[in-house]
Amino acid sequence: MATPQTQRATGLWAGLQEKFTEQLHVRLESIVVLVGLAVIMSILSPFFLSVSNFMNILLATSTIGILAIAATFVLSSGGLDLSIGSVLGLSGVVGASVAVNLGMPTPIAVFATIGAGALAGLVNGWVITRGFVPAFIVTLGMLGIARGLALVISDGRVIYGLPDWMLFLGQGRPFGIPMPVIILIVVAIIMHIVLAYTRFGRHTLAIGDNENAALTAGINVDLHRLTLYTLSGGLAGLAGLLFATRINSGDPTAGISYELTAITAAIIGGTNLFGGRGSILGTIVGALIMGVLQNGLNLLAVQSYYQQMAIGAVLILAVFIDQFQQRQETKV
Amino acid sequence: MSLLAAVGIEKSFGSVSVLHGVDLTLDAGEVVGLVGDNGAGKSTLMKIVTGMYQADSGLITLEGENLLDLTPGARRARGIEMIYQDLALAKQQDVASNIFLGREPTRRIFGVSLVDRHRMKREAQAMIDRLGAELPVITRSVGSFSGGQQQSVAIARALTFEPKIVIMDEPTAALAVREVQSVLDLIRQLKSQGIGVILISHRLNDVLSVTDRIVVLRQGRATANLVTKETTMADIVSAIVGGGDVAVAAAHEARG
Repeated sequence: MATPQTQRATGLWAGLQEKFTEQLHVRLESIVVLVGLAVIMSILSPFFLSVSNFMNILLATSTIGILAIAATFVLSSGGLDLSIGSVLGLSGVVGASVAVNLGMPTPIAVFATIGAGALAGLVNGWVITRGFVPAFIVTLGMLGIARGLALVISDGRVIYGLPDWMLFLGQGRPFGIPMPVIILIVVAIIMHIVLAYTRFGRHTLAIGDNENAALTAGINVDLHRLTLYTLSGGLAGLAGLLFATRINSGDPTAGISYELTAITAAIIGGTNLFGGRGSILGTIVGALIMGVLQNGLNLLAVQSYYQQMAIGAVLILAVFIDQFQQRQETKV
Repeated sequence: MSLLAAVGIEKSFGSVSVLHGVDLTLDAGEVVGLVGDNGAGKSTLMKIVTGMYQADSGLITLEGENLLDLTPGARRARGIEMIYQDLALAKQQDVASNIFLGREPTRRIFGVSLVDRHRMKREAQAMIDRLGAELPVITRSVGSFSGGQQQSVAIARALTFEPKIVIMDEPTAALAVREVQSVLDLIRQLKSQGIGVILISHRLNDVLSVTDRIVVLRQGRATANLVTKETTMADIVSAIVGGGDVAVAAAHEARG
């Protein structure tokens, strides 16, 4: 079974490509797309190139970015979490109702928000690993359950009036930088280190690459998957916290179809849809591409209905390009 | 005392009974061939030894220590390595990641324990060099290598942590002639280092040329335990198929 050997790529571009993937775990193509998109937008709209607009993009990217980090971990382990958008909504409602309706202090409300997400993720992971139900079905079911529960808890109404300390997380601007942006950067750095440089991260990729190889290597695959889905839920909870505090309310309809944007960002950033490859830096670049796209379309006054279509098309296009490249690489 | 002893191993999958009380021993520096028809239970028996499957009853000891309650990882840590027929490689990861999978060396930076990539790379390269394997670049994903090169990685993974026992499941089935010889040479080398080797193979010529002893599994029982020096191809074929006139089949096998 002599698999054809691929030639070692040569040339400046190919050399740079290898450097980027090896050292930074980022695909060079995605950075080129991001820069290209930014150039196009700044030509099309006079408002694009400004500090305040960049802050807008970063702020809008913070929620999606954190969800995309969750998606990166789950996808690169060969899993799938479709529930993150709904769990974001549920967490925001739980946090708001703990703070407003129960009048609990901010630390408890923050803990409840993230905890609610992690709990939903734990349930996902438990049913997937112990119940042997495919992740697609479990998380699709949780997408419905979490959304429904958010509506039940809030009685279908938006919960307003979060305490000031909580609002600081979404609206504070230390050194002029929005808090959600700071939190995204910190979370991204930590999670990049976890995925690329810790045993937990290496095992995540190995499980997604060849579950059997991970099993024979003595890795506790079920426990690892359970942890990953809990982590994914917890990150969705954090995203819910940032979203709710930014708009000063727990909205049961927050985050609808955010999983689409988050998974798209992860895949544009180089995460393999079928597992085995993924990088947080790449995902952040992917999330920024989505952010620039949405921001640019907003500035050009394109109706949001079209934006939804654009995001869906970008997802399919990104997977198409990835599959195309993989077929090229294995060709004789 | 044997290095490895499996006593009275029984295993069923649902209503299908695969092993009916199999005994197998292995000494240090001994090469034992495990042969038998498809479905005789060879791979199942070995997966019970490595801990991938749980035995329904029976006992497995390594240097007298009971292994049954240990996880696959713990058994590996005690020196039992298996090279699987499908090689069990994570193909998008590089050579070092595969060799050290599940046993990555770490170093502490600001109290966080991070994988020591430089050490992994260095030691992986050293192991590949020691095996005399020809790999283009070890930083590339294993999936981009040829079948023989991938097998070198799987072998390197089994040998990096100074195993006491190496189990090989059909290591020569998919290889070119020259690669087969280098695997057989490797088995002899392991033997000279005092490592016990269990070789599962359908290629009876290979088994006759490198083993000290041959255990034949037939329908879930160890039906023969032959000393290789005193054994002919006809004896093995007869034990595998369960008697009868096997002269023609044996002659065919002997031709290779």
